[in-house]
Parts: sequence; C-alpha cells; structure tokens
Amino acid sequence: MTGDAVIKVEDLHTGFGDHLVHDGLNLEVRKGEVLGVVGGSGTGKSVLLHCIIGLKKPWSGCIEVLGQRVLDLEPPERSALEARWGVLFQDGALFSSLTVAQNIQVPLKEHLNLNQRLMDEIAMIKIGLVGLPPEAGRLYPAELSGGMRKRAGLARALALDPEILFLDEPTSGLDPIGAARFDALIGRLRKTLDFTVFMVTHDLDSLNAICDRIAVLADKRVVVIGDMQQMLNERHPWVLEYFHGPRARSAGLLKPGR
Amino acid sequence: MAEESTSTTTAHQTQRNPAWVKFNNGGMIELGGCWTISEAERLDKELMVIHDGASTKFIFNLSGLERLDTAGAWLIHRTRKSLESGGAEVILEGMKPEYGILLDEVAANDQSPPPLPHANQLLEWVAHTGEMTLDALARARDFLGFFGLVILTLSRSVSHPARLRIVPMIHHMEKVGLNALPIVGLISFLIGVVIAYQGASQMKQFGAEVFVVNLIAVSILREIGILLAAIVIAGRSASAFTAQIGAMKVNEEIDAMRTLGLDPIEVLVLPRLLALVLAMPLLAFFADMIGLLGGGLMTWIVLDIRPDQFIERLSDAVSLWSFWIGIIKAPFFAVIIALVGCYEGFQVGGSAESVGHMTSRSVVESIFLVIVADAIFSIFFQLAGV
Ligand SMILES: Nc1ncnc2c1ncn2[C@@H]1O[C@H](COP(=O)(O)OP(=O)(O)OP(=O)(O)O)[C@@H](O)[C@H]1O
Ligand SMILES: [Mg+2]
Repeated sequence: MTGDAVIKVEDLHTGFGDHLVHDGLNLEVRKGEVLGVVGGSGTGKSVLLHCIIGLKKPWSGCIEVLGQRVLDLEPPERSALEARWGVLFQDGALFSSLTVAQNIQVPLKEHLNLNQRLMDEIAMIKIGLVGLPPEAGRLYPAELSGGMRKRAGLARALALDPEILFLDEPTSGLDPIGAARFDALIGRLRKTLDFTVFMVTHDLDSLNAICDRIAVLADKRVVVIGDMQQMLNERHPWVLEYFHGPRARSAGLLKPGR
Repeated sequence: MAEESTSTTTAHQTQRNPAWVKFNNGGMIELGGCWTISEAERLDKELMVIHDGASTKFIFNLSGLERLDTAGAWLIHRTRKSLESGGAEVILEGMKPEYGILLDEVAANDQSPPPLPHANQLLEWVAHTGEMTLDALARARDFLGFFGLVILTLSRSVSHPARLRIVPMIHHMEKVGLNALPIVGLISFLIGVVIAYQGASQMKQFGAEVFVVNLIAVSILREIGILLAAIVIAGRSASAFTAQIGAMKVNEEIDAMRTLGLDPIEVLVLPRLLALVLAMPLLAFFADMIGLLGGGLMTWIVLDIRPDQFIERLSDAVSLWSFWIGIIKAPFFAVIIALVGCYEGFQVGGSAESVGHMTSRSVVESIFLVIVADAIFSIFFQLAGV
C-alpha cells in the first residue's frame, strides 16, 4: 500500500491570536493508507484537519492535497478538488434545515447533475452503508441521537465516493458494536474504492484495527509517525503513556508481561 | 468464472476511460470503463433499454471495468434485480473480487424507504387550515402561560432582590436603549419634518398656519414618538432576543442551565424585560423631543415661526397630559416586545432555520401587538376623556 503522497504538509505554522497551535509541523499521507492522528485534547488535530481542507488559513507553510496547493487555488479548481474528498466534522455539522437524505444529496447536487430518483437511491444506499435504518432518511438532524448524527455525517462524507476521507473522531459517540462495524465498513470500502483516510481518533481499537500508520501530535508538531509496533517502541513520554496505559492494555495492544 | 473470449473489449487501459455498456445478442451485456458517480446519470439512461422480455438469461461481462464505485455498483445491482424480478436469470462474469465486495455491500443495503402516506388534496388543505387554527389557539394559550410564568418569577425575584441580575440588565439597557438612540432619533426627526411640511402646506390654504404647531405637538407627543420608538425597538430588540435565546436553545444551553439549577426565565427573560421596561420610556421621551425639534425647525423654515414663538405656542396648544399619554404607553409596549421576543426564542426547535423563522415571527407579532395595544389605549383615553 505504499505510493506517492496524497497529502503533504510542510513546515506548518498556525495559531489564533498570539496562541501558537502548530510550530513547524510536517506530515505526509501516502496514497491508499489509513492514517490515524492522535494527540491530547487541544493539541490541534481538528485545526490541522481544517487547514488541510482549506477552512483555516495557516500563518505559514505549504499544504498539498492530490498534487495541488490548497492555499492558492482559484474557486473553480477548489470546487473540483472538494469533490474529490469527503469530510466528517467532529460534531457532524449536518445542515439542520435539511433531512438526512437531503443532506447526503447536497454534494451530489452541487457537483453532479443526476436525476432525483437516482439521487434518492444513492442516498438510501449510503444511509444503509453507515448503518442507519431507512426511516432515518426522512428525519431532520435535530430528531437524531448523537451517534446517528455522526453516521449521517459519514454518509454525507461518502456521498461522492471520495478519494480522500477526512474523519474527525468518527467513532466517538458510537456504541462499541457500532464503532466496530464502522471500522469494518472503512476496511471493506477501502478495499474496493481504494481511498485514503485521514482519521483523527482517540479510539485505540480503531487505531489497532484499521490504521496503517499512526501520527502523534504533541509539542505543537508530529513527534512520531509509524505503525503500531513503532508506537509501542517509542519513548516519547506522551506516546508511552498513551500506548502503555490501562486502556491500551484492555484494547489488547500489549502482550501480558510486557 | 470463464473469461469471455468473444469480447471486443479492453482496447484502452489508461486511467479514467469513460464508462460504456454494450448490448449483444442473446442477453450478453458488456460493461467497461470507469463506472463512477460522475457517469451515473448517463449510465442510468442507457441501462433503461434493457428489459426482461428480451431474453430469459442475461450475462453481464464485467471484465472491462476499470473502476467501480458505489453508484456504479448500485446501477449494476438495480438492473440485475429488476431483470431477476421479471423471471430472467442473471449471471455476472469476469468480475474482480473487490467489485464483488462492493456489489454485496450495495445489495445488503438495498432498502427502499417506506412509502410516504398519500392523501386527497382538498382534504389535506382543509386539514392544514384546521391545524393552523388549532396551532394559533394553542400558541395564544401558551403565550399567556409564559406571561404568567414571567410574572410569577418576577414576583419571586422582587421579594429576593439579591436574585435580580443587575449587571446583565444594565448590559441589555445599553444594547436596547443607548445603542438605539441614533436610529430612533433620526427617524423621529425626519417624521417631525414631514409632518410640519405637509401640515404647513395644508393649513396655509385656510390661513391657519399657526395650528401646525398644534398638529405637530399632539401627533408626536400622543402617538408618533412612542409608536416609532416601539416599532424600531420591536425590529431591533425583539428579533435580537429571539435569535439569542433561540441559538442557545439549539445548542442545548437552555437545558444545561436547567440542570445546573438556573431558571432560564430568571436568567434570560427578566433582565431583558426589565431593561426594556426601563429604557422604553426614556427612548419615547427622546423620540418626542427630537420629533418636536424636527417639526420646529421645519416650521421655522417654511412658516417663519421662530423657536421662541414655537415654544410659546406649544405650551398653549397641548396640556401636559398629551405628553404623559405618550410616555405611559411606553412600559406596556416594552412588556409586549420583550415577552414576544423571549417567548418566540423559547419556541425555537432544533434547527438553524427555525431560529430564522421564529425571529421574523417575533418581529411581526410584536409590531402587530404594539399597534393593537395602541388602538386599545386610544379608545381607553377617549372614554376617560383625556
Ligand atoms: N476558533 C478558534 N479560536 C481560537 N482558538 C481556537 C479555535 N479553534 C481551536 N482553537 C485552539 O486551538 C487549539 C487546538 O484545538 P483543536 O480543536 O485542534 O484541538 P483537538 O486536538 O482537535 O482536540 P480534541 O481532541 O479535544 O478535539 C486549542 O488550544 C484551541 O483552544
Ligand atoms: Mg478536535
């Protein structure tokens, strides 16, 4: 699954006011891999994601996605690039005045010209794919539970069968069974659609089950990136605590006696 | 699965070939190219040609496929399903294993949404009208309930003055009162000018120019000053109250408040209500003065009535009552505006759209109720003989 980088972040500096969030951050995501991004609360994972998809302008640095520099794209090129990725925001960010099915159809309407019947059918498939019941398509976001909202957001991110999937904590708020199904779904879909996944997560099970590599955000930059084995051998104090804590043990990452 | 030997396919293997579909004799169907969502509309139409009568056995040859996504897989699955339901046998050939996974995935999630209930148009219209009427009545009752709740909370707070939130109240007074001064002043001034000018051109015909002062004084002090102030505040503050409280409702902040033992009425409604009740008479007074100023200036210009003459005439023309009648109405209008603004804020549902809907409703309703109240006051003062 190696290949050229689909996302390349170089020497990124970001902040709010006089609060520096990223200080010279470098990151490369390879084609076809699932990259898990971990880090403590407030270390700037969501901000990094927002920078990559061009929602936040960094102070300095260079960001390339699918070979294009997102920071200096003209609107039509931007829109074409946006059709090639799907984003699940941390809090779902569904359009509250549209039903779930209509939410899924927003990117279809924006980027393609499909007839309504086909859009309805595609929306229905996506609804099923993320594990929502068919009736959910007609509900408004306010009528959904937190976990259902997350699934609906994922369905919208998947609407265009994107090449890159950005997920901000996709399994938080899902029950363990739902979270495991989600992992399995990502695993199955990537086999057939060969997309790249950039996933912010705290879920050790997800990290273990589907991530090819893991990037750890600490001290305002990516301190280490590599597979699970590398994480377990890393000596950075935060990484040590994260991957050797009691939760890591119960997730079965550590062999007993290690 | 045997490879198709008769095929004329797969001449070009470069990335991103457009999708194609070819119908051969005897139910042989060849698919190729990139079957992705961007081609779905065209493929949807092309696949319509196939119908189950053509053959009893269909063979789909997928060996030409270069790329398949869920939309493409759905189209294949849908065609296959409709053929099978027509009694034909369908076989897929030459398929890469990963496409099989995707087709299975799509097949597993082929769940038609439950049908919408269908009803008679006329019946629906009648039902809709009935619903609207009941809804309006229920809202009126609800609003009265809210009014009662606010009064109750107010009386409780007054007996424990420590619970009155003075700082938020001052903050709201600044927002609804002080910050509204420029716009209220400007509008009153211009209306004063207009009344003086129009009045002068009419009164001139009878040689009764001096009565323009009466006209200005009575109309501005009794009605126009306070009404203008109330309408401007309804537009500015009722909408702001609804949007603020509504956005908090959407964010579940109101629920959070309740669980923390805070009473939303006490925290959100009372400061706004009291601020408006205190600010409104001051605004009305300000509107009166600026309106008179505009009128006076205009009479000076068109009728040559000097300011000192204007003031002298003014004290003859109107009793102090005319002034008080305007000011007395102010707190009542303030209560209407604040209550409607806050009430509609609490009515917001979960969506951003409903914030907008309730905000425009609160403006329309508060202006309407202010004018109704003004009419009632007119009748009342008429009967009371002032
Ligand atoms: N809009 C904003 N304005 C000011 N500061 C912000 C803003 N958004 C984020 N921050 C700051 O940036 C930092 C990084 O925030 P970010 O949301 O990326 O954290 P995170 O790593 O995603 O945390 P979590 O795991 O809790 O989601 C935080 O310190 C936060 O205070
Ligand atoms: Mg975050």
